[in-house]
Formats: sequence, C-alpha cells, structure tokens
Amino acid sequence: MHDMSAHAVPHGAPTSFIRKHVFSLDHKVIGKQYYALALLAALIGMALSWIMRIHLGWGSFAIPGLHLLSSTGAPGNVLTPEYYLQLMTMHGTIMVFFVLTTAPFAAFGNFFLPIQTGAEDMPFPHFNMMSFWVTFVGFWVLIASFFVADGPTLGGWTQYAPLSAIGSVGGPGQGLGVVLWATSIAIFCVGQLFGSLNFITTTLDMRCKGMSLMRLPLTAWGWFITSVMGLTAFAVLMPACILLILDHVAGTSFFVASNLVINDQVLPHSGGSTLLWQHLFWFFGHPEVYIAIVPGMGIVSHVLITNMRKPMLSHRVLIYSMAALAVLSYMVYGHHMFVSGMNPISSLVFSFPTLVITIPSTIVVLMWLGSLYGSKLRINSASLFALGFVSMFISGGVSGFFLAQPSIDIMLHATYFVVGHFHLVMGVAAMFGIFAGTYFWFPKMTGRMMNETLGKAHFILSFIGAYCIFMPFHYLGIAGNVRRYQAFTDDYLIPLIPVHKFITVAALVTGFAQLIFVYNLIHSRFKGAIASDNPWQGTSLEWSTATPPPHNNFGDKMPVVYHDPYQYSVEGASADFIMQTSPEKINSPNEEK
Amino acid sequence: MAKIFAVVIILIAIASAVPIVMHWWPMPQDISVHGTLIDEQYADTMLEAGISFLASQFLLAFFIWKFSAPKPGERVKNFPGGAAGLVAAAFLLVGTEVLALGVFGTKAWASVYLTPPAANAMPVQVQAGQFAFYFRYPGPDGKFGPLHADQISEANANFFGLDTTHDQDSKDDIVAAELAIPVNREIHLLMHSKDVGHSFYVPELRIQQDFVPGLDVTVHFTATKIGKYEIVCTQLCGLGHYNMKAYLEVKSQEDYDAWIKQQAALQ
Repeated sequence: MHDMSAHAVPHGAPTSFIRKHVFSLDHKVIGKQYYALALLAALIGMALSWIMRIHLGWGSFAIPGLHLLSSTGAPGNVLTPEYYLQLMTMHGTIMVFFVLTTAPFAAFGNFFLPIQTGAEDMPFPHFNMMSFWVTFVGFWVLIASFFVADGPTLGGWTQYAPLSAIGSVGGPGQGLGVVLWATSIAIFCVGQLFGSLNFITTTLDMRCKGMSLMRLPLTAWGWFITSVMGLTAFAVLMPACILLILDHVAGTSFFVASNLVINDQVLPHSGGSTLLWQHLFWFFGHPEVYIAIVPGMGIVSHVLITNMRKPMLSHRVLIYSMAALAVLSYMVYGHHMFVSGMNPISSLVFSFPTLVITIPSTIVVLMWLGSLYGSKLRINSASLFALGFVSMFISGGVSGFFLAQPSIDIMLHATYFVVGHFHLVMGVAAMFGIFAGTYFWFPKMTGRMMNETLGKAHFILSFIGAYCIFMPFHYLGIAGNVRRYQAFTDDYLIPLIPVHKFITVAALVTGFAQLIFVYNLIHSRFKGAIASDNPWQGTSLEWSTATPPPHNNFGDKMPVVYHDPYQYSVEGASADFIMQTSPEKINSPNEEK
Repeated sequence: MAKIFAVVIILIAIASAVPIVMHWWPMPQDISVHGTLIDEQYADTMLEAGISFLASQFLLAFFIWKFSAPKPGERVKNFPGGAAGLVAAAFLLVGTEVLALGVFGTKAWASVYLTPPAANAMPVQVQAGQFAFYFRYPGPDGKFGPLHADQISEANANFFGLDTTHDQDSKDDIVAAELAIPVNREIHLLMHSKDVGHSFYVPELRIQQDFVPGLDVTVHFTATKIGKYEIVCTQLCGLGHYNMKAYLEVKSQEDYDAWIKQQAALQ
C-alpha cells in the first residue's frame, strides 16, 4: 500500500485576480485554461475546414470577407491554390496539436488527475502553470504566421523535407512560415514535456491513502500512459523542429540533399537526408495518434461504467491493452512510410507490429461491447458521445486493416482513404471523447448542469454528420482520389466531384451543429441548473468532493480510499454504487486491492 | 433516444457497406501484371474488415437497444465467458486473421519490391520537379548519360541537365513529357527528383512510389492493356501539386517503335 511520501508544494488559495484566473498554480484552473484554448483552437480549425470544403465543392465560390484574412491568398474572396494548402496545413496543425492533444489530455487530465488520485495538486505547480502558458505562446506563434508577408506554411502538418527546409524558394510560406511553424511546435513540445512530468509524478507519488495503482480509475490510467508517451514522443519532435529551424537560419543541411535545383539554381545545401525528417517526425507522429486517443479511451470507459451501472469486464485487461497500444505505437511508425523510398524489407518489418496492434485495439472494443451486455444503460449526452466514440473507433479501426499492409498501401497511400481513416479514428473519435468528458464533468467543473436536450441534438447531428463526411472519404480513396489537392483537374477525378459536394454540405451542417454545443456550454455556465456534488451517482474521488471542488480539492480532510473505482451494482450493498471513500465492507469478487 | 440511436447505427452500417457489397464502387481497372495480387489482397481484406465492421456495429446497436431500458429491479448481468473469453477471441480470431493477411500480403509486396526486374526490362528514367514529370529513354546505345544539376535549364528545355557536347552517352538520350511504353513489356523505372519530394502514382497500374531527393529509387512493372492513363503526384510538393501530372501511354510494340523514332527526331 502506498504511503503518502510526496506532497504538492503547498500553495495557499490565491487572492488576486491575476493569480486566481491568469497565472494560476491551481491544476483545476490550468485544466480550464487548456480547455478554453482547445475550444478556441477547435473553432478556428473548424472554420478553416469549412473554407477548404467550400473550395473543394465549389472552387470559384466567393466566401464573403475571406480577403480580410489574406488579400493575396484570397483575391476576390476566392482561395488561390497556395492559400488552400496554407489553410490546410494550419487546420491539421491546430487540430492535432492544440485540440486533440490539449483537450483530452492536458485539459481534463489537469483538472481531474490530481482529484482522482486523491492529491491536493500536482507536485510541480509552477511547471504546470508554465506548461499552459508555454503552450499558449506556441499557439499564438503559429497563428502569427497568418499575418506575416507570404502567410503560413503550405507544407502540410507533416512538413515533409526538403520542401519544408529549403526556404521561400519552395513556395509561399516556406520561409518565415515554416520557421514560425517549427518554433510553435518546439514550444508546444516543451509545454507537453512539463505537463507529462507532472502527470507521471502525480500518478506515481501523489496518491492518497488506500489508492493503489489498480484502484486508479481508467481515466487516470489513460492520462498516465499518455504522459509516458508524451515524454518520449515530444522529446523527439522538439529537436527535429530545432534542426528544421537551423536548416533555415543557420545554413545547415540536416534534411536537404545535395544538388537540388529550383528555378534552374542549384540550392546551397548538401549532405542532408530527406528520409531523416520522416523517421523523426513519424517516431513522434504515430505515438501522437495514441496520445490523442488513449485519454479518450479512459474517458469513454469511465463515462460508460458510470452510465452502465457496472464495471468493465476486466479493469486490468483495459489497462494492459492501453499500455500495449502505447508500447506498440513506437514500433509501427514506419507504416506511414511504406512507399517513401525506405527499404522495402523495412516496410514489411513495420507492417507486422501494425497488424499486431489490432489485437489490443480489438480487446478494448470487445471489453466495451462485452461490458454493455447485461448493463442498465442510462442514455444521456455523455453516454451517447461515449457510445458514439465506440462506433467511430470501430469504423476508423477496420480501415487500418488495409493501411497496415504495404501491398494495399500502394493503392491507398496519400488518398482520401487515409484522410477518412485518421479523421474517424483520431479526429472524430477523440472529439467524441472530449464531448463525453465535457457533458459528464461539466457539473463538477462549473457547478452547473448542461442542457440535456441540446446535448442530445448535438450528438445525433454530429454522429450522422461525421459519418456523412468521413465514410465517403474512404470511397474517394478507393477510386484513387489523391489528398491535398485544391482542385480536381485530372480526368479520372472529375466524376468524383459530386461526392465532394455532398461532403461539403455535410461538413457545413455538422459544423453548425457544433455551435449548439458552444451555446450550451456558455449558456449552462451561467444559467444551467445548479449541480449536486454527485449528479451521476459516480464512485471515483471527483464525486466525493464538493462541486466545484475547493482550492485544495478535498477541503480539510484528505480522502482515504477503501475500494476500487467502479463498485456498481454490488450484491448485498446498501446502494447501487459504493464510493471509493465509503468504508462500507462489501463482498465483491472483482475488487482490486 | 436509445432506440433511435441503435437504428441510426444499423442504417449507417448498411449504407456504408452497400456500395462495396453491390460492387458499385470498385477500384479503378487493373492494367498491370502484379495488380491481380494486390486486388486479391484488397478483396480479402475488405471481406474481413467488412465482417468485423458490420458485426461490431450491429452488436453495439443491439446492446444499446436491449440494455438501455432495464425493468425496475432488474440486476446487471455479466457477459458469458467474461473477459477471458473475449481476450482469447481477440487473439485467436483477429490475431490469426490479421497475421494471415500480413503473411499473404507479402507476396503482393514482394512482386513489386523484392523481385528484381527482368534482365531485358526496358529502362526509363523519370524526373519529377515542381510541377512536371519528364521521362528519359537511353536511346540506341542503351546507356543514360550523366546528370549535371548545374546545367538544368527550363528555358533551354534541358530538364535533366544533360551535357550532350561532352558526354557521349547523353547524345542519343531521348527526353519526353509523356511516358510511352510498349504493352506487355517489363519497364524498369528509375526515379529521380530534381527538387523536393514528389510521387509517381498510376492507380490503374497499381504503382505508387515516392521520389526521394538525393536518393534514386526504382520500381518495375508490366502494363497489359493498351490505352492512355494519368500519372499524378501524390506527395505534397508545393502550390502546383494538384496540377502535377503526365500521361502514361501504353502502346502496341509497333506504335511504340514509331513513337520513339519520332521522339528521337525531335531531340
């Protein structure tokens, strides 16, 4: 049993506005700050996707006011080819880094990990504060690239070299735009490294009396496993970005080979490796997929358990599966590079772990499905989004069967099939995890309930809409529709344009449905019904403290844990849920010690 | 709400499967020798992925329908066999399934990448640059002349940087903006990038391969159907990426011979 050997650096409740709401050391405020940043980033990212989708459906359509963003990028309010790519790059970068990483991991993890472990705060509150503010600065450095001379970079969120490393001769945004991009991401990595250190230490050293590792909720396990991945993945991406910056400003040639010619001029670079960037990027990039989705797996499991009124079939199997995904995520990254020119035997070597990773993914899905069997399922906005996550994860997962195989990847690589795959499994599923977490924890975070009717409307429109957008992407890919094209001028792509128009309409409708959520969020924050301490009859520690929790999370008395986190519907117990802090003795066969 | 949701899941699952099951949405036609192996692999994978997809979505919908309205006083039940049965199923069924796909798939991969080109394969060099492909044939001597990056000149139409004054092997090299090849003849494609990353993708040919600046890579294939097909770039290479394309013309041997003669005269 863990003894309380570590404590947060004590910091009293702040009194000034700045220390309370801006430069706060409180993990709960930092969590909310991350959430607000992710929300802002998501709205910007979504608006960019609308502009792209309108352009792909109706290329000559003038979008009112677009020239205000860039008079050269959108003369007459119509996108130029290069500006399409620049907006696409920003959409991907903003969504992957500042939404999918920050919201499920940094936002919810910051708010709830210390509470669920029974800690007063994180062990390094100043690092925690820096983590957010560093990320905040990284975000605005990226946004600043919209306003520099030739705009943001057009190289895609993967920034393949040498296009990203040769400077402005490569095209608009490839000079200062890339430097700002790489600086932003390097700064972001620093923020995530601070955060990961705090998360790992909180989980290992800050648990309250009685809270063994196996008594941690699945959410806490999700964040812990993610922080271990973050620590190693961001530690590789950060130096890669620094090397990229050096190629721009210091005359180095890490990623540029000799004798490259642009505009009939031999570039002044030599000796670099194009594939080096891809190896470094994807060594981060594939774990990043799991950094985005594993917290969602934890949140979805947690939300489902509370709403099924029964634990998962096996707490440990889910934990081990999430850990297996994390370990394997480093061994599979080369499946992004099957046709990159990498040695073809290497492709086979990367293919097998990619296929093997299907096994823990399948186990997780079967645990969810098997646990639903015989449950007393409550349908509310949170559980709907959690179930929607399961559906999206399945759909996005099975398309991985194709892309894991080098021979089929020959056909599908760099097509809309890939775009459909990762949007479903990493984008939509992770977003559904964020929504499930929001509807579930909003009462605890703000003291007020969200509107359930609006929540359900938001869900059903998002669920149908997301499928209408991303399922046809797979069909486009099967037909050979190349991604990252701003127009479809090839003879064989022209018949596919009606499908793109359908997707555009679906994207606009689904996008507007997200405004219901934003309205619900803001309206409920001020006008929602007052929430009780435990509105969902949950068992884990966040439900045993006040709503919203006090500054040090548990008031005068630190919690003592007697049970594992999911004692629901225990035979012979006094209620259908036994809180972790309840000293009631129960006879539960599966209780974790 | 639960029942509506369950029905929506079923409808979406069926709607997603119908275009594939009914063969309304096939891959582009295959015009290559090795393509059959890829297409078989694709069909096997589609079958297994399709079954997994439909079974999981149906089960999800069924459980949501059935367990969302418990009768008062009803107790929760556990899945028969518990977690152990499902973990075993994942290892045995899915594990075997995906590993089998992996093992059989290596055959298709090997036919493109691990088998050397035949000794009599016809060499053609393709150079990618922002935003065009150019093709070079070695001419009657069967040898490609060396490339000189500093002599590349778009204005003088010296796209490859050939020095025909000094390099004997370059004198008869033939440069064209389209890839014309004889039908049923193996082609050994030597891929060279002039500037940034590009890719060579012909869906009908079941070939996609990136160009790696600084590293020349090769692929080989045999086209089996006469016709005109598009070669497109799939690696983001800059603002004109969407418009970077060329044509693959698969010709009869006689037509090819006439074409190459005509091209030689144009050099």
